[in-house]
Amino acid sequence: MLELRNVSKTVGGEEHIRDVSLTLGHGTLNVLLGPTLSGKTSLMRLMAGLDAPTSGTVVFDGEDVTGRPVQKRNVAMVYQQFINYPAMTVYENIASPLRIAGKDRATIDREVRHAADLLRLTPYLDRTPLNLSGGQQQRTALARAIVKNAGLVLLDEPLANLDYKLREELRAELPKIFAESGAIFVYATTEPHEALLLGGNTATLSQGRVTQFGPTIEVFRKPAHLITAKTFSDPPLNTIVLKKSGPVFQLDGGADLPAPAALAGVADGNYTIGFQPHHLFLRAPTPEAVPVQAKVTVIDITGSETFIHLVYADARWVMLAHGIHHFDPDEMIEVFIDTRHLMVFDETGRAVASHEKLAA
Amino acid sequence: MTKTWNNRAWFMVLPVLLLVAFSAVIPLMTVVNYSVQDTFGNNVFFWAGTEWYQDVLSSDRFWNAMGRNLAFSAIILAIEIPLGIFIALNMPRKGWGVPICLVLMALPLLIPWNVVGTIWQVFGRIDIGLLGRTLAAMGIDYNYVNDPFDAWVTVIVMDVWHWTSLVVLLSYAGLVSIPDAYYQAARIDGASRWAIFRYIQLPKMNRVLLIAVLLRFMDSFMIYTEPFVVTGGGPGNTTTFLSIDLVKLAIGEFNLGEAAAMSIIYFLIILLLSWVFYTVMTNAGSEK
Amino acid sequence: MARIDLEHIRHSYGARPQSDADWALKEVHHTFKDGSAYALLGPSGCGKTTLLNIISGLLHPTEGRLLFDGNDVSTLSTQERNIAQVFQFPVIYDTMTVYDNLAFPLRNRGVAERDVDRRVREILEMIDLSDWAKRRARGLTADQKQKISLGRGLVRSDVNAILFDEPLTVIDPHMKWVLRSQLKLLHGRFGHTMIYVTHDQTEALSFADDVVVMYEGEVVQIGTPDELFERPKHTFVGYFIGSPGMNVLPVSVEGAQARFGGTAITLPGKPRTPMGGAIELGIRPEFVRLGREGMPVQITKVEDIGRHKIVRARLQDHEIAAIVREDEDVPAEPHVAFVPEKINIYAGSWRVAFEGESERTAA
Repeated sequence: MLELRNVSKTVGGEEHIRDVSLTLGHGTLNVLLGPTLSGKTSLMRLMAGLDAPTSGTVVFDGEDVTGRPVQKRNVAMVYQQFINYPAMTVYENIASPLRIAGKDRATIDREVRHAADLLRLTPYLDRTPLNLSGGQQQRTALARAIVKNAGLVLLDEPLANLDYKLREELRAELPKIFAESGAIFVYATTEPHEALLLGGNTATLSQGRVTQFGPTIEVFRKPAHLITAKTFSDPPLNTIVLKKSGPVFQLDGGADLPAPAALAGVADGNYTIGFQPHHLFLRAPTPEAVPVQAKVTVIDITGSETFIHLVYADARWVMLAHGIHHFDPDEMIEVFIDTRHLMVFDETGRAVASHEKLAA
Repeated sequence: MTKTWNNRAWFMVLPVLLLVAFSAVIPLMTVVNYSVQDTFGNNVFFWAGTEWYQDVLSSDRFWNAMGRNLAFSAIILAIEIPLGIFIALNMPRKGWGVPICLVLMALPLLIPWNVVGTIWQVFGRIDIGLLGRTLAAMGIDYNYVNDPFDAWVTVIVMDVWHWTSLVVLLSYAGLVSIPDAYYQAARIDGASRWAIFRYIQLPKMNRVLLIAVLLRFMDSFMIYTEPFVVTGGGPGNTTTFLSIDLVKLAIGEFNLGEAAAMSIIYFLIILLLSWVFYTVMTNAGSEK
Repeated sequence: MARIDLEHIRHSYGARPQSDADWALKEVHHTFKDGSAYALLGPSGCGKTTLLNIISGLLHPTEGRLLFDGNDVSTLSTQERNIAQVFQFPVIYDTMTVYDNLAFPLRNRGVAERDVDRRVREILEMIDLSDWAKRRARGLTADQKQKISLGRGLVRSDVNAILFDEPLTVIDPHMKWVLRSQLKLLHGRFGHTMIYVTHDQTEALSFADDVVVMYEGEVVQIGTPDELFERPKHTFVGYFIGSPGMNVLPVSVEGAQARFGGTAITLPGKPRTPMGGAIELGIRPEFVRLGREGMPVQITKVEDIGRHKIVRARLQDHEIAAIVREDEDVPAEPHVAFVPEKINIYAGSWRVAFEGESERTAA
């Protein structure tokens, strides 16, 4: 178990990591999700022991390892760049951590072949990395991390430099590999979609802070804070600030949005309403859905779906509609907000109630 | 929080510290000692205070040598930096020409200072030197032994020949690190050859050029061997640079106190000028 | 703005191409219509960047001709072709201000300073960097730098075409949405001919009017996003576009019916003959219905990705994926059925048209 207790890191007066506490269990996959510079890499460096925290403690399996350098920990790391020994064959590359550990030849051979098999590298064992495709190079780096049999495996945007389809394939295989090894996996990414596909647990990061940590789908569905909801939404989360007055949220110049029953007792005032692009509809999904008039700016057609970019009052929204729809720019259209899936945040950005309660 | 960094790492640095102590700190302190003492030999020393410093700073001899040093550094920087950049720009970026050019460029750098001096000393002699005879045959009155101007030209040409390669190699390293996309983008933007140099190549060479200027400045400011071998500081004192003067003072005239004071001043000047160069150039580079 | 004709373009990086494998670009013969937005989509090494560089003039093709509005530009330099290009990584002039970066392509061409100013301000507004105009470009974030690169590509109104080489690779997901819709808006407003290279299907499909799918140096299909989605001409297109890609099952065909294992599957029509090679049925996960009717499957995995679920299952001896909506449940005794009109039939990996199908979709 890896525990970070109130860990902070300041570099040259700049706070890179602010008061992070996380507990990661063995055999789990943990995604660090956040935009560039949100602190994902800094946090991984602290976990690995490449950096020592400015304050706070790092505990691994009950032992305080704060400040213990990376060489003395059992950690494997895979980076965005494909890092292999260019002069060695794939076999030797995968074998290198085992040789350093002084394993006997038979063990090395067995483990290299097992890892190669797992990552579908068996036909390429005699090649050097530079004669491989990007996907195969990154598989080699992953295989090396696997045979190391480390207690902690850190993957820093490992698929970011790969083609879309290769990424899809490798991403599908990763959870299987994780499940086999029993190590603690930490996976950094900027893409919400990738976090959802990987599953496991997700910690959302924003400006060096972990804003929420929990099972991935739960963090996605029940963000406790507006920041988390925004970090974990692609296309971007649709939001609008509304004034609650008694039983309704008032929309400027539009219909009133009836306040969900669960919010009946909540004080009047300004609230930020958030909803996912696929919770906007062209036709009312339920009789309760609220219609609003919005102006089309751009439409993107992906073949099976249409992204309709809208402007409503000051807000820019994206709507994800099934099928193919054509609208002219600047056209006013009627769209429906599915009130069952609203997220409501107060003025400090805290979620007022989870949306499941709202749906009840 | 407890830092458990490995303190044994300091032992690894110990040999270097000792080496620096013996080769730099101790000699420096000795020189500092000499600069505030006077002696009549027999290992008898008297306290002299700042007398030597006053002597040095008020002597024309020192300021003349200093002037020559600054002029020399300015001239060779003005020639070597643009010339080096120009050559680097025209070197091939790929193909078989690259190793050939690199080896050619590295050759002068491999020759020891005094050998360079000797080569040019012989090369320029009007009786047996190839250059001297050729120039004489062409009717040019060239004699570095008698004519101060010719002596300067010889020393400068020699330095340019010896050291431009360093600027070339550093600039070249800067140039090859520029991704192809930059050149492509510039072509698409319709940039002229000059604009490409001014807005892509020069900014990317910035750092290495700073290093080149610093190295060449310090080296040229401390120049000793080559002019000593070629001209011996002559004719008259026209090529007597600070370093040559210093040696004359210390070993020729055995004036240890004054020489020590002079070398301290010399050292401080180099330190100061290098610092000024560095700050000016890094500021120019990072200004918003 | 111009129409771009590629006439039998072939390219090899080696001096003397011998076998088929030596050609980075096998043969491309196509017209890019004036004022349209195209995407070149394919995996790395498929030749899409080679093709882009041939259009921009950074590469000269081994064979074939390139015409801009009917004029042969094959031998012209990049500058003479009057195009703009945006690269994968931000290319900015470090020492210039943001404003000067954008003004650079205009000033190089001697545009009057008054017009430069008007144009640059317009672009600054669009890429949302007006407040940064006087700042030096050096200190900006990758996002902002790439916005400048995009802006420099868009600043000249008289270009024949604007080319994009995976321009959003270094951009965070949120920013991608913003920049992509801005590009689209600009295309709508100015009507430039735009060619956009990417390996990302979402980017390609959402950006382009027509998508050119490339595979191993060849164009396998050119079509609108919905054509590529509904009628992939090659199983590779079916696999490459869509996430997850199209399910492909070996079948035999009799009349307007396909037989898979022991089951008969109704097809949208009778495939036109002749059919050679292995016969396969392609159906997108979006059109696989999971319910109580159809062929029984064993579910191996359900991936809940928020707005829908991807159900992975075994159908006889084959893997099959189905997409199930957010609020739908996975039945206890699952069966799958295919939406008949969304089925495609492939012979030797190439799509076979059905009888009575219109020419456009059959082509």
